[in-house]
Amino acid sequence: MQFSENWLRSLVGTDLDSQALSHALTMAGLEVEDMQSVAAPFTKVVVAKIVSVEKHPDADRLQVCSVDVGLAQPIQIVCGAANARTGLVAPCALVGAQLPGIDIKQAKVRGVESFGMMCSSKELGLTAEATGLLELDSLAPVGQDIRQYLDLDDHLLTLKLTPNRSDCLSLTGIARDVAAITGAATCFEEIKSEPSDTADSLNVLVSEQPACPRYCGRLITGVNAKVSTPAWMVKRLERSGLRSINVLVDVTNYVLLALGQPMHAFDANKLSGDITVRFAQKNESLRLLNEQEVSLKSDDLVIADGSGAIALAGIMGGQSTSVDEASTAVFLESAYFTPTVIAGKARRLGLSTDSSYRFERGVDFANTRLALEYATQLIKQLCGGKAGEVSECLGELPSRRPVKLRLSRLISVLGIPFSEDKVAQLLTQLGFTYSLEQSVFTVVPPSYRFDINIEEDLIEEIARLHGYDHIPAKAPVARLSMLEAPEARAHQAILRDRMVAAGYQELVNYSFVDEAWETDLLANPRPIKLKNPIASNLSVMRSSLWGGLLDSLVYNLNRKQDRAMLFELGASYHYATAQQTSFTETTRIAGLAYGSAKPEQWAVAADDVDFFEIKAHVDALLSDASALLPLSYEKAEHSALHPGQTARILQDGKPIGWLGKLHPKWQQHYNLNKSTFLFELDVDAILNRRIPAYQDVSKLLPVRRDLAVVVDESMPVSAIMAAIKKAAIPMLMDVALFDIYQGQGVAENKKSLALSVLMHDTQKTLTDSDADAVMAYLLKLLQNECNATLRN
Amino acid sequence: MTDLSHLIPQAQSDFAASANMNELEIAKAKYLGKTGLLTDALKALGKLSNEERPAAGAAINVVKQAVESALTSRREALLNAEQAKQLAQESIDVSLPARAQSTGGLHPVTLTLQRIEQLFHSIGFEVATGPEIETDFYNFTALNIPEDHPARAMHDTFYIDEANVLRTHTSPVQIRYMENALKTHKTPPLKIIAPGRVYRVDSDATHSPMFHQVEGLWVDEDISFANLKGVVQDFLQKFFERDDLTVRFRPSFFPFTEPSAEMDMSWNGGWLEIGGCGMVHPEVFKHVNIDSEKYRGFAFGLGVERLTMLRYGVNDLRHFFNNDLRFLSQFK
Repeated sequence: MQFSENWLRSLVGTDLDSQALSHALTMAGLEVEDMQSVAAPFTKVVVAKIVSVEKHPDADRLQVCSVDVGLAQPIQIVCGAANARTGLVAPCALVGAQLPGIDIKQAKVRGVESFGMMCSSKELGLTAEATGLLELDSLAPVGQDIRQYLDLDDHLLTLKLTPNRSDCLSLTGIARDVAAITGAATCFEEIKSEPSDTADSLNVLVSEQPACPRYCGRLITGVNAKVSTPAWMVKRLERSGLRSINVLVDVTNYVLLALGQPMHAFDANKLSGDITVRFAQKNESLRLLNEQEVSLKSDDLVIADGSGAIALAGIMGGQSTSVDEASTAVFLESAYFTPTVIAGKARRLGLSTDSSYRFERGVDFANTRLALEYATQLIKQLCGGKAGEVSECLGELPSRRPVKLRLSRLISVLGIPFSEDKVAQLLTQLGFTYSLEQSVFTVVPPSYRFDINIEEDLIEEIARLHGYDHIPAKAPVARLSMLEAPEARAHQAILRDRMVAAGYQELVNYSFVDEAWETDLLANPRPIKLKNPIASNLSVMRSSLWGGLLDSLVYNLNRKQDRAMLFELGASYHYATAQQTSFTETTRIAGLAYGSAKPEQWAVAADDVDFFEIKAHVDALLSDASALLPLSYEKAEHSALHPGQTARILQDGKPIGWLGKLHPKWQQHYNLNKSTFLFELDVDAILNRRIPAYQDVSKLLPVRRDLAVVVDESMPVSAIMAAIKKAAIPMLMDVALFDIYQGQGVAENKKSLALSVLMHDTQKTLTDSDADAVMAYLLKLLQNECNATLRN
Repeated sequence: MTDLSHLIPQAQSDFAASANMNELEIAKAKYLGKTGLLTDALKALGKLSNEERPAAGAAINVVKQAVESALTSRREALLNAEQAKQLAQESIDVSLPARAQSTGGLHPVTLTLQRIEQLFHSIGFEVATGPEIETDFYNFTALNIPEDHPARAMHDTFYIDEANVLRTHTSPVQIRYMENALKTHKTPPLKIIAPGRVYRVDSDATHSPMFHQVEGLWVDEDISFANLKGVVQDFLQKFFERDDLTVRFRPSFFPFTEPSAEMDMSWNGGWLEIGGCGMVHPEVFKHVNIDSEKYRGFAFGLGVERLTMLRYGVNDLRHFFNNDLRFLSQFK
């Protein structure tokens, strides 16, 4: 809400200067978002009248003016403005004046003395452009300081009001709060009821009284709407950000700003029959003042006459009954509409009007009739005319239930001491009536406060007036108890640290991504779509973190990076059910590696990363989980990955992630010169870990034997290891692969595996024959289970 | 018996002339080998009479010891020389850079989040989380923001469908946590922070459609507005490691807290807005069945990117989500 500081000051007698007033408002919850001077500082500019004009002897475009500036004698000024003419009243900067960017001195202009400068609005810094001298009212007092005459020592204040403070959506309301905050007195003009000149009236029928508990209307006939709105009113409207439209509309807007009561003026000559307040009928439509044609819904409250809906109640009037300069009779409306009936309706139509903004937050229902009286006075005063009888329909107005405020509760919630006297004083400053019994205040909030319904509302009011600044920062006193620290659950930070240790840089990408990444790269047939994305390439929720990693890779390659190891830890989003009504979010950790495994250097060749290098990084992430449950890498296929270099990662048979090389077609799509490897794991699955449990350390030394077997090339090593593990051979400690060989001596489509076998016995030293027995058993197992043969 | 003492200087000279271990072995054989001069002399002792033998033997042994001693010292000298040569060969330029590994790093927002968690953990706050695709109920209604409430207009909300939104703040985690506490019969004190991503339909130099917040909640029997100010101020002083930071509260409005405040922090002679806070609204307690007569609570929400920018001097919000490695690598 924007308004003129001087208008506010005319309503409340505070001695705070502009800065202090602005600060006080902000610290009381009416945040001053912006404060602008109406005019730049300048001095010695007065209202002046051009007495006579002569042509400059040596310049075609210049005139020599004799100007009355309120001194004994007119002064001579050379002026180049086209509109300088005898009788014109305009601002004149006297010698010694300081204007924005220019100091006025006595000067010779083409040989003629000039004792000042006639000014345009641009030269005074009032507007960005001007075509000539600023023309003032011909009756403006010559010699008066222009700042005073145009009321330029004023500020435009813009309040960022919170939705609960609808009472401050008017000058009266703000003045009332300034009085409450500062203790200053208000000086409101008393509004008297305007007696009727005629018995004319329109019948008003409110058929939806809960939606419109109060409706006041009044006919004013014989008005002259052609008169121009007086300058003082235009100025106040403009300084509140409203343009002057015509005198009738200006009056309603002025009352809105002054009192916070939205008003509407219908052209009475365009009305037919009775006025009804009702909900819209089926298939009813209305052309609004802004030319928008709206189809009304059954919960839209309308004002209707014999012809149908003529206004959207509390939001905007209709085009067909609008007032203009030709109007000679108006029907003025001042009503109270229930906030819940108006709320959301304007937004539904893509509108927000000064009227709807106020009604949906709450308008003072005790003010409805007074506002109508005030508007009537102003119209009669400015446009003449005869006022008819007020038609008023009164239903059940909102009640202001008494709210209890316990002093003890106030003190304990705010954490600072308060006396009864202090609270009583602040309630009085607020204009709240109360009674006090045994340290409990029973407060009746005024009609304009829609936000005082419970004890906390009053506590906030007291805190606000006391000043949040005066509430100290106090450390809480609390019972101490330690937090749980489950050892079997690792912290996410560990995963991040492992990634960093392996050389990966963490990224944070948007959760919404390009739909093509989902449908194409990830073959997700039904990505979760946003109804109102911020951009078309950020329109669906990601089901994998890979899109963002690839995008960031490309971004950085375009900035001359030649290698990258990137990771992100964050949510992926999925439909939980086929009905697509609920969602699951899985926290994932995903990584990408591109280019050489190590930075370019003298010590190591710049080899590109390969599958097994990245697998080591994945294994590092899985180290806790693998101690708890068996993990395996299984050959699989994924839309984003190379079909021959893709592993699905399983934990106890359950899929928990992927690892693989980016499919060459995507590599080409993203213009990547080198291979890119990607992995992604479910974080939740890999954070569980084993609590270490001690086992006896054998005093006996293990025995190592090696075994070379030949198996089919297609036989995965993991299957061989799994078979050995499953057999649980006694005395066998560990089997590890230390070489793979294919070539001379090994048949085609076969591979030779060299295994180291560690054996021990916790009870006795292993003999050669014991070891032979184990090796024989192992070989037999591999022959049976894996179709292996002993390599010669 | 001939005097063999002349062999001593002869052997010494032969040993010294040996340039390496092989030559030394050959020279050694000449005196001490199976057919060496001293070995032959010792063998010849047998031919002597019992009376002559001890003196002759002793004389030979004197010479033999001297020769052996010469051999040993020459052997050591040769070994030392060889080792010195090898060490010289093995010498490296220790100033060369190490065999380099990739160095990774954390995102600055993570650094801030970890710091926030650490600080609040130190006074007993647990970390709670909640979904980012949130129901309209938890994001608004349960927080006392009914449908069509003007406060909804303050949130530029991303919608998935009629009933689901991308959460506009981390406050719904408060509700979920308190509901769950009730279900698991956990009673106050409840102390949590809820860090995470939040979303608003807003994108310009100072707004990102996705950003991070940390929600804080403390519910206990005797918690006050002054305590809220105390905890927030303590946090900011520790986070920025500056004792002189103060917090200013300005009255504000959030439907789920009352009294509500905007939090400003003193910074370079002015005030910077860093989040919103207030005392938990009784309506919110009612939603989660906590007796607001017995318990009170405070809640606050801090902007994580804002804190990160101030902490590290980052001047543009957009850096956080561009993921430019030249920016990110500054936080290693």
